[in-house]
Amino acid sequence: MMRKVAATLAAPVGALVLTLIISSLALWVFGSNPFAAYGDMIAHAAKLETQVDIWNRATPLYLSAIAASIGFRMNLFNIGVEGQYLIAALVAAQVGGLVSLPQVLHIAVVFLVAMAVGGAWAGLAGLLNVTRGVNVVISTIMLNFIAVSGFMAWWVQAWQADLREGETLSSTNLGTTPIEDSGVLPDITSWVEVFTGDIRENNPVSGMLVVALLVGIGYFVLLNRTTFGFDLRSSGMNPFAARAGGVPPKRMIIIAMVLSGAIAGLIGLVEVFEISKFRPNQIQGLGFGGIAVALLGRNSPLGMAFAALLFAFLDISSGILQQTETASQEIVKIMQGIVLLAAVVAYEIARRFRERDEARATAEALTEGVAA
Amino acid sequence: MNAAMQRFNSLPTAVKWMVYALLGMLLLTVVQSIGDTNKLTSAPISREMLRWALPVLLAGLGGLFADRSGVVNIGLEGMMILGMWFGAWGALEFGPWIGMFIGIGGGGLGGLLHALATVTFGVDQIISGVAINILAPAGTRYLSQEVWGSPTQSPRIQGIGDWDVPFLAGGSIFGWESPDILLTVANWEWWFISDVADFGRGLMRGTSLLALIAVALVPFCAWLLWRTRFGLRLRIAGEQPQAGESQGVNIYAYKYAAVIISGALAGLGGVVISSPELSGQFLEGNSGGRGFIGLAAVIFGNWRPLGILLGALLYGYVFGLDLKDLDGSASHALLLLNAIALAGVSGWAITRRRIADGAFAGAMAVGAFIWWLVSESVPGWWSNILPYVVVLLVLVFFAQRLREPAAIGQSYRRGGN
Repeated sequence: MMRKVAATLAAPVGALVLTLIISSLALWVFGSNPFAAYGDMIAHAAKLETQVDIWNRATPLYLSAIAASIGFRMNLFNIGVEGQYLIAALVAAQVGGLVSLPQVLHIAVVFLVAMAVGGAWAGLAGLLNVTRGVNVVISTIMLNFIAVSGFMAWWVQAWQADLREGETLSSTNLGTTPIEDSGVLPDITSWVEVFTGDIRENNPVSGMLVVALLVGIGYFVLLNRTTFGFDLRSSGMNPFAARAGGVPPKRMIIIAMVLSGAIAGLIGLVEVFEISKFRPNQIQGLGFGGIAVALLGRNSPLGMAFAALLFAFLDISSGILQQTETASQEIVKIMQGIVLLAAVVAYEIARRFRERDEARATAEALTEGVAA
Repeated sequence: MNAAMQRFNSLPTAVKWMVYALLGMLLLTVVQSIGDTNKLTSAPISREMLRWALPVLLAGLGGLFADRSGVVNIGLEGMMILGMWFGAWGALEFGPWIGMFIGIGGGGLGGLLHALATVTFGVDQIISGVAINILAPAGTRYLSQEVWGSPTQSPRIQGIGDWDVPFLAGGSIFGWESPDILLTVANWEWWFISDVADFGRGLMRGTSLLALIAVALVPFCAWLLWRTRFGLRLRIAGEQPQAGESQGVNIYAYKYAAVIISGALAGLGGVVISSPELSGQFLEGNSGGRGFIGLAAVIFGNWRPLGILLGALLYGYVFGLDLKDLDGSASHALLLLNAIALAGVSGWAITRRRIADGAFAGAMAVGAFIWWLVSESVPGWWSNILPYVVVLLVLVFFAQRLREPAAIGQSYRRGGN
């Protein structure tokens, strides 16, 4: 048992150590003191308000990772989480801002629209794959372009053109029509304060954290406790065996893509609920960040949670490095990239060791059996 | 009719492609005349087409090498970004020519990393590519901050120079200015003839030497992959690695070579982006996903260099036209071209008894035609998404006719396991 735990942890720990070595070198080469930088990052993260920031960043990253991993589990590379979440958040914020409903219903509408748009955008790639054999990697990349450089860019241009005719630019008219309070998921600051003491007022803990945890638990149950989860995993491990076992491959692809996109639709809501609208400078890159988190966390609900926290910690640390100027803040992105590449290589090496051990154990068991 | 087709098919490839190009020009001229615009065949448009096609072409050729050796290279985008940065840095430190080679080396370094992860360690090829796409922009951002004091841009850089083709486009030979024949023809304003001359002149005047290198790489890559022992073995690695292994081919070495060449070509694409041909400096985000478009061009071109060139030019044309089309008349006329192309696809599908496809394409053709009839201009989002919609449509109708290398995406272990 201990040996198994050690073997599981060896790869990520090794990757982390390698990352620290390489990023220390990168810092040292350009004349920064790596230990001062790491010290600043850790001291910063020890503060309560920084931790709130980290949780608020880990939330969308975790959702994004789950969205990506649903596809990865069956070898379906949904590279399009980026486009799915942005277009879903844009449409959901717009619809949420236009309607006026009682509280629970209003929030439900925003959620449903976001999930439906995200699911449809991803489902399109699934549909093209099963009906026409179009490669999912390529189609989701193209759909990313269509969503981000097509529709979103056009919406920003159109909105700026509207603005030029009279209005002046200010934080009140930036973005979609603001959603009324009835449609905004409340923050959970007061719940968290029970455990932590006062959190500064302008630093609320997003209510989406609860949603992300529920999605994580739901994903775990779906994957490990349901027939669908079994079908999903077996389609990924051996599509031919799964097919022979009665799993309809085409339907699985469509369902997995729609589910993946629906979860992706939730990512952008974290920011939409925070500011009650979608604005042109909505945080981008969470889709690709989520893919990285999913790979680092090996598609496991718990692993991805740790990976999301690590990435969020690094993201948030860039602020303090900029303040103290102990190192250039871009180093955190390098650390994310290296830890990812090092981890996937380490996992692969660990897998080979495991296979070799298993092969040896089988061989030994066989020879013993013959001897007896 | 059939005899004529057979004679046409027996012509050399270059001649056939010239006929196709002329037919394409004829179509553009017809659409231009009906569509009430003068931009579709103008010199500025062909110039824009070439500029924007170059990075896609080079990334595409890069993707070709990797794919042909059986390694999917989704990290082309990241390698291109490395090429952008190292090309700009090299040009600032050592001048544009050496800078170009440093940029190529930067991309090649990305390729080496991808080869190390996928070939030596057997990491999933998509996963390694995604990791490189995350690492490369982070690394160049850090380097920019440390070297130039700004995370997003470098100072302006010099290019390796431009060139006018003598006689055809009035280039000078040892200081003597040759006549500008294409300009003369273009000024006659003869229908079609002058259009071809004007369009061709846009490609030949003020052409960057980088463009010459990039276009020359198309036949070179074809020769290297299909006419040399190196190319044959590289393709074996992507089709039947075990068969190659049994013949004593070192598959690992060929995969390494292919992926490094792949990164180097993407790096050259990055050099083009940073060169004065497009940006004139390193600017974060200026790769604009063209590595991914290059990947799509490989599939569009059915894993052939000429097909990739065609795909890149098509992308460059649509993208460049949108940039130069301030009054929207050309984008509107392009709708008619879309309708004609879709009608062609429809007819092609029906002759092959794929009725559902034919009906689908036909319906879209009619839709595009009606849209063209009733509208004065097209909305901005339409020209934004058109290049990507074209890629998707091509895949929708032709995905089943494409043939990818047989062992693409598979992790190969020596000794069969």
